[in-house]
Amino acid sequence: MAKTLFEKIWETHVVQTISGGPSVLYIDKHFIHEVTSPQAFAGLKKRGIGVFRPKQIVATADHNVPTIHQELPIKEELSRLQVEALKKNCAEFGIELYGLGHPYQGIVHVIGPELGITQPGMTIVCGDSHTSTHGAFGTIAFGIGTSEVEMVMATQCLLQTKPKLMRINVDGTLNKGVVSKDIILYIISLISASGATGFAVEFAGSAIRALSMEARMTICNMSIEMGARCGMIAPDEITFSYMKGKPFAPQGKEWDEKIAYWSTLYSDADSKFDKEINIDAADIEPMITYGTNPGMGIGVSGHVPLLNEINEKEKPSFEKSIQYMGFEAGANIKGKKVDYVFIGSCTNSRIEDLRMVASFVKGKKKADNVEVWVVPGSKQVEKQAIEEGINKIFEEAGFNLRQPGCSACLGMNEDKIPAGKYCISTSNRNFEGRQGPNARTMLASPLSAAAAAITGVVTDVRELMP
Amino acid sequence: MENVDTDQIIPARFLKATTRDGFGENLFRDWRYNSDGQPKKDFVLNNPTYKGKILAAAKNFGCGSSREHAAWAIKDYGFDVVVSSFFADIFKNNALNNFLLPVTVSDEFLQKIFSAVENDPEAEIEVNVENQTITLTSTGEQEKFEINNYKKTCLLNGYDDIDYLLSIKPEIEKFETIV
Ligand code: SF4
Repeated sequence: MAKTLFEKIWETHVVQTISGGPSVLYIDKHFIHEVTSPQAFAGLKKRGIGVFRPKQIVATADHNVPTIHQELPIKEELSRLQVEALKKNCAEFGIELYGLGHPYQGIVHVIGPELGITQPGMTIVCGDSHTSTHGAFGTIAFGIGTSEVEMVMATQCLLQTKPKLMRINVDGTLNKGVVSKDIILYIISLISASGATGFAVEFAGSAIRALSMEARMTICNMSIEMGARCGMIAPDEITFSYMKGKPFAPQGKEWDEKIAYWSTLYSDADSKFDKEINIDAADIEPMITYGTNPGMGIGVSGHVPLLNEINEKEKPSFEKSIQYMGFEAGANIKGKKVDYVFIGSCTNSRIEDLRMVASFVKGKKKADNVEVWVVPGSKQVEKQAIEEGINKIFEEAGFNLRQPGCSACLGMNEDKIPAGKYCISTSNRNFEGRQGPNARTMLASPLSAAAAAITGVVTDVRELMP
Repeated sequence: MENVDTDQIIPARFLKATTRDGFGENLFRDWRYNSDGQPKKDFVLNNPTYKGKILAAAKNFGCGSSREHAAWAIKDYGFDVVVSSFFADIFKNNALNNFLLPVTVSDEFLQKIFSAVENDPEAEIEVNVENQTITLTSTGEQEKFEINNYKKTCLLNGYDDIDYLLSIKPEIEKFETIV
């Protein structure tokens, strides 16, 4: 019988199905971090049980770590306590920790792939909604809550109901200045922030196939922003060559065997999806959000919707949202003043993102009115950026290259955008207060963010490209 | 209000605790309080006429971050049930894992609840897990809601997924040897 990519992986991981209820799904890899794990460890202790398969768990500290002077003790007391608790718990339960100072430390969804821990065909979970990122390798990967973190620690399994299946095909060639972040912002603007709730989404089509692994991760990363349980892309040569030689990737004979298996992971020609959406890559222009959920995106040459373009039921949220942003219905987005530019987060902090920004800003200088933070996704990305001289380019442009972590993506550490200020951010969420109380976030690609850094206003990057 | 995300339910800066308690205090923090800590008068939870164990919310409630702290905060604040026409996936699971019951009703029924409560803040709503019904006591209007049998049994008996999974550990171990 013809099967989808999702079904091929799902079926090999179901331990049992409870009649009239969920399935028991076996989890291959479990990533944990300091914020959503302490209560799970406490739960285990309360039950008097240990971690079932500690070798299948990898931990890092990312959400609330400072991005300067990581060599010094964390100043903020509660953050320090969480990071210390993680260290203690990992030691007690025998879990590998890539904590602050470790050469592998970084944002959990950046380090998994770059270390070769994330591999096609796996089931992967983490107490973080952007676990969907790992789906770029052809895995079933999704975010879970702390009770579920405890569940996986205790039994390496989760209770899950099988989601419906959706395929989004993006075909054709991308326009100048358009990158993978624009594709996903475009899709979410089309189907809304809840348009894929209850679905596992597979991204396919020639425009997706042509993307690098980094670019594919950006797309899968944001599938949660349209409500999807997970996002995924079938592995191929691009996947395999990205993985080859990574520290935890299989080697030798095992590598060959794995490649043979991974090559079977695609949706069969006549497999069935509950919903299918086709998109022409040529319709996409550089995107930016004007509101307070990731579905509120528009092409940069467009305008904030007029009230009569919004359907009745959504009007209250729309009005509250543009009021929060200080925008007027119908206004052009281009030319709006920008105060901060944040290039980072598990959406866009990989080496390719930094290279993209560096090659654009080389020889240019940031506008005086903007503060620019570039926060690499991991220690390895940081190291590579320095080796390639990217740090010099940033320095000359007046960009502030910081140390790895989630940083201003969620403003849990000191990196917060002040109240009322506008930030163009390469992260994934523009929710109210996400980057700091009353901060105003506009989501965009690293390229569009770099353009705004140079001009100090929302800019159509195509106008600055040769 | 549609699309209420978990960053509003509990902002990230309040996620630094290492226990599950006390999150209710910061439930909807930035909607409830001004930056100087003064309560915002126009926010519904600050209006003493509205109180109860059931939180009614518009479409796509609980979207965004997977933080279970959102469910803890709502529960800790004193709610046992959240009613909406549509819940985000992860939130729904998190809620159930904390014995906070997410009840999905039709758009029409949700509107009826909103108007009933607006007309009479004391309006009663009854949720019956056994029969899977939600009823507006004043008019007797009723709707059935979905909950899978397994979860229902868990809720009624007060045991959780971990208890269940631990009970089938031998099967899990066997499964590991065959793949
Ligand atoms: S970078 Fe942002 S979205 Fe990604 S894991 Fe960190 S906080 Fe979550």
